[in-house]
Order: sequence, then C-alpha cells, then structure tokens
Amino acid sequence: MKIHEYQAKEILARYEIPVTKEVLCYTVAEVKAAAEKLGYPCVVKAQVLTGGRGKAGGVKLARTLADATAAAEAILGMDIKGFKVEKVLVAQGVSFVNEIYAGLTIDRNTKSVVFMASREGGVEIEEVAKDNPDAILKFAIDPDLGISPFVARKIAYALFDDSKLANQAVVMFQKLYQVFLDADASLVEINPLVITSDGNLLALDGKMTFDDNALFRQPEILALNEPDEDEIKELYAKDKGLSYIRLDGNIGCMVNGAGLAMATMDMIKLYGGEPANFLDIGGSSNPQKVVDAMNLILSDKNVKVVMINIFGGITRCDDVAKGLISALEQIQVKIPIVIRLSGTNSKEGLEILKNANLPIVETMSEAAQMAISLA
Amino acid sequence: MSILVNKNTKLLVQGITGRDGGFHTQKMIDYGTNVVGGISPGKGGQEVHGVPVFNTVADAVKKTGANTSIIFVPAAYAADAALEASEAGIDLVIIISEGVPTLDMVRITPYLKKNGTKLIGANCPGLMSPGEALVGILPVSIFKKGNIGLMSRSGTLTYEMVYQLTSSGLGQSTCVGIGGDPVAGLYYEELLQMFQDDPETHAIVLMGEIGGDAEERAAEYIRKHVTKPVVSFIAGQTAPPGKRMGHAGAIISSGTGTAAEKIAAFESAGVQVAKQPSEIPGMLKKLLNL
Repeated sequence: MKIHEYQAKEILARYEIPVTKEVLCYTVAEVKAAAEKLGYPCVVKAQVLTGGRGKAGGVKLARTLADATAAAEAILGMDIKGFKVEKVLVAQGVSFVNEIYAGLTIDRNTKSVVFMASREGGVEIEEVAKDNPDAILKFAIDPDLGISPFVARKIAYALFDDSKLANQAVVMFQKLYQVFLDADASLVEINPLVITSDGNLLALDGKMTFDDNALFRQPEILALNEPDEDEIKELYAKDKGLSYIRLDGNIGCMVNGAGLAMATMDMIKLYGGEPANFLDIGGSSNPQKVVDAMNLILSDKNVKVVMINIFGGITRCDDVAKGLISALEQIQVKIPIVIRLSGTNSKEGLEILKNANLPIVETMSEAAQMAISLA
Repeated sequence: MSILVNKNTKLLVQGITGRDGGFHTQKMIDYGTNVVGGISPGKGGQEVHGVPVFNTVADAVKKTGANTSIIFVPAAYAADAALEASEAGIDLVIIISEGVPTLDMVRITPYLKKNGTKLIGANCPGLMSPGEALVGILPVSIFKKGNIGLMSRSGTLTYEMVYQLTSSGLGQSTCVGIGGDPVAGLYYEELLQMFQDDPETHAIVLMGEIGGDAEERAAEYIRKHVTKPVVSFIAGQTAPPGKRMGHAGAIISSGTGTAAEKIAAFESAGVQVAKQPSEIPGMLKKLLNL
C-alpha cells in the first residue's frame, strides 16, 4: 500500500525527524493563502500515488504570489500517469548545499531490512543504481541488533565528513528504522535529505509503502489507503476471495492459482492475443466464486471471450465442472467461453462439461489459441 | 533417495485441529507419511485422525521424536509457530499459511539459522517425495516416483508441471514449493545444491516468476556449481509493472524483476527456458538422452 508524500512526512514528523514546513491544499485559493503564509520561494507539489511527477510538470517553484497561483492552476486537475491531481503540497523553499539519499527497504536475498544511503541524492535512486551502483551504500540490519548507535554511526560517517551532521544523522537514522518497524513498511525513503545552508539535516521529500500482509495489525496506516479505480476493483475481488488485476486486452481469464494465472496470460500473448486481466480464483470449486469471478471479468467491456483455465489439484475436476455449470446457470454470458480442465479427475470433469455443451479443450495452448480465434 | 523428506520423516502438524490442518493431515496419512503428532494449544490429550494432539511442540518432540513440522496456523501466528518448532529442535519447518507479514519472516530468520533449522515457505504448498512422503497440500495422484527434481514459487503451476512430467513418463525425486513471498525460507541456491548432491535426481526443473532477482542469482549458481541439466520456466512475462500478481513477491518494481531479465540470465548460464510448460518434458528427454 502506498501513501502520499505529505502523509509520509507527517509520520516522519511524529518521530521528530525534521521535515519542511508545508501546507496541504485542495484549491487555488488555499494554495495562495499557504504561499503567503509560508513566504517565498515556495514549492507547489502534486500529491499523487505514482512516481515521476517532477518530469510530468507536477512540481513547480514559486517566487511570487503570481507564480504560486499559476502553479496551482497548472497542477491541480493535471493528469499524471492516469492519476488526477486533487491535492497539492505547498512547501517552504529551503536553501541547501547538498542532497543525500537515505532509505530502508526489505532485501530478499539477505532476508533482512537493508539501509540504503547515497551521497547522490535528489535523483531517482533507481537511476543511480543503474548508472553508478557503487554510489549506493547498503547496510543489512541484523534484526537482533537493530540500528544500534554504532550501526547508525557506520552509516552516518559513510555519508558525512562533518561530525555535527553525522551526529544528527545517527539520531535520525535510528528513528527512521523505528518508523519502518512500527509501521510494517516495505519502503521508507527520504530523497532528498538535504544539508541546509545553515548546516542542518532536513527531509525535503518522503516516500513510504507498506506490507499488505501486515495491514491487519496497522489500522492507522490502513486508514490512509486511497485506492484508485483499478485498486477498488482489486479490493472488491480480494473481499470475495479472488485476486484480480485489470489489463488492457480483450481475453478475460479465470484461473486457479497465481502462477498458473500468470502463465495463462503469457500463453495468450505467446500466440498473439492480449489478456484482459489476471484473475486467480484460488483452490476451491465453490460456484459462488466462479459467479463472482465471471461478473468481474464481464464488468470490463473490452472482454470479447472468456478463457477458463483450471488445474484440478486437491479440488477435483468433476467438482469444478459442477461448480462451473451451476455458476453459468446463474449468469447470462453472451460472449464465448473456452474451458480448459486438467488434473485430478479430469476425465469425469470433461464428461460433465461435454454433456452441458460447453466448449472444452484439454491443454492450455489449445485453449489460448481457441480464445484468440474467438476474440 | 530424495531431498528433505522421506520415509524417515516424523512429522508434526501445527494447527492440526483447524479445518485445513485436519483435512491435510488425513491426506498425508493416506499417502503414508509418518504423522506422529499435532499441536493445538489447549487441546493436548485429544486425537485427530488417530494422531495425538499436544499443547506445545516441545512436548510433542519429547514424546514422539519428531524431526519435521508443518504449519497451518493463521498467518498472524505463523512466525511464532516456526520459532516454537525451531526451539524444540525440529530440523525442517514448512509454513503453508498465506499472508505472513514480511517483517515477521525477517525477525525469525536469524534464530532459525542459529538453530540449524531449515525453513520452507511461507505461502507454499509444501513438498513431496513420491513413494516416500508428502509434507504439504500437493495432490498426490499426479506424481510418479522418478528422477526429476522440481522447485517452484507457485502451487498450481507446480501441479501443472508435475502432471505434464508424469504424463510424459518422467517421474520425480522431490518437488518443492518454495512459496510466493518476498522473504522465504530455502530458495533456489540451497535446493539446487541438494538436488546436485542427490544421486537419484538426474535433472532439475526450476519454475520461477517475476519479482526480485533470485532467478538471476540461481543462474549464476548453476553456472558455477551445478553439472546436472536444469530447465526453467518463468511466469509473468506479460505482467504489468508495479502490480502484485497474486503472490506478495511477484511484482516488478522500478523496472527490475522482469521475466525478460530472468530469461536472459538463465540463457546466458546455459539453462534452457521453455516458452510454455508443455515444452519442458521434451527438453528434459533430449538432455537426458531418453
């Protein structure tokens, strides 16, 4: 789960990590008032749950009230990668001498939290990783030690030559780790962390994402969730025990299992078609799940054909076949359906479907090719 | 031979009185797995499918000599259950539960390592050594004893693969579902080495998917340490970036973790990558001169 910059900075501020003075605004009038209050220069920043807002023109410097007004008019309502900007952050301009990167994330390979730091802050860390990987320092954190003061000093002295700054960083980095743990984050990032002209550390920007598996114990974080249109559909699916992601093609997919669902999409593409969605209905033959899944698929008007790919494991294919028939009796499907059923008791399952006059095939590749020809 | 589980496995089921725990206990017993006990705090003294239930893992280990434990408890309690098994001296722990918080996995990893406990999962279907033991939720009817070792991040894709191997006459030594979470227990490198050392495994199938760089690391490991033939399939070639494809770990973030990178890494290490799972039996037969 993602949150906005202003929300991330509110969390940082709660842990006494210094952040810029700023005001969240929804209208041009609010931006004007905020700019007048904070003084000039100030920065107007789009608050959207996607990256690359700077390149899209969603961040503008204002030296006068007229600048701030123009920036607000340009940014509010702007479309950034499909996200409409509904709020902006007006932040006090800060004069600084250097930009640093500091972030925490999960490292799959060391199976630990890793602290990433770089003297090359202010640009996207992925770009630094690509162009100059040695410029990123990585410190795997032992969960038993946490960021003890000595660990924080190791990181701080790798970043700062000045002891005053290093001392500030030692305190800040320990707090940053605490934020990560307390919130079950998957990313906590300050980029840039600036050294101000008067020699202090300040978080100019903040970014956080959270572990979806841990949201059950993070009610305060969960309350910040602002799902977009696609995510609302994904959450609705989750509520029904399904895992759904909309794509741009015209072949609707219904599959049991995430890996098989991905492989099904790949297969469609391999034969020249375009999948309309990822949909994992899990491992049950419950007809209601099939009904819910079918309704989800059909809610996408681009879908021209539905491909059902079921591998019977623990669930037997004859049970799945009965579930499919009962589901298809409940809803009117006006577009063609292709069913592939294989695995445990597939013979019995195929017999049941054949008697019901449903189009069945035995392999995934046949199913994909037939679906493409019908789309 | 096989890897990790066999006829000497003495299995505990943590969460045996739950719906899934009870159901799969019966399936494992039916297959012939030696299930020696179950754990359900407060229900010690009861029996489930003829298996004695204990309040704690320590108690169960003392009374049964168990060496392996499979965990079916709700995700919020799974990490603690794994610690309990490790503390009680269990050698191999398998977490089936889906939805375990990542930081829970991070927290338990050093302790298990210190105790020498091997972990598989979470969010996995467990493992199966045909003719030896089922420790998991895999459908036994599709398996056949043989010489192919298989590891996979996905459950149903594993079943699909096994079904096709068996249909083509290729049996399996051991099939391991390593799970779909970003931080998991035993992974490709450890399992590749085990299969490499197992005389009964003649070739290895690696079923990867998008997210992380474990496949790239596996490719490097194969280049250096694995002499047996390895073939692979990578799911998620058409997955959009930034979206979790059902599995918590299956996500392309900041342009890394793509199927294309993984396929390229395997191919440069001499590992054949199938365009679809159905190509794999043929590739194996060619490599094994069958």
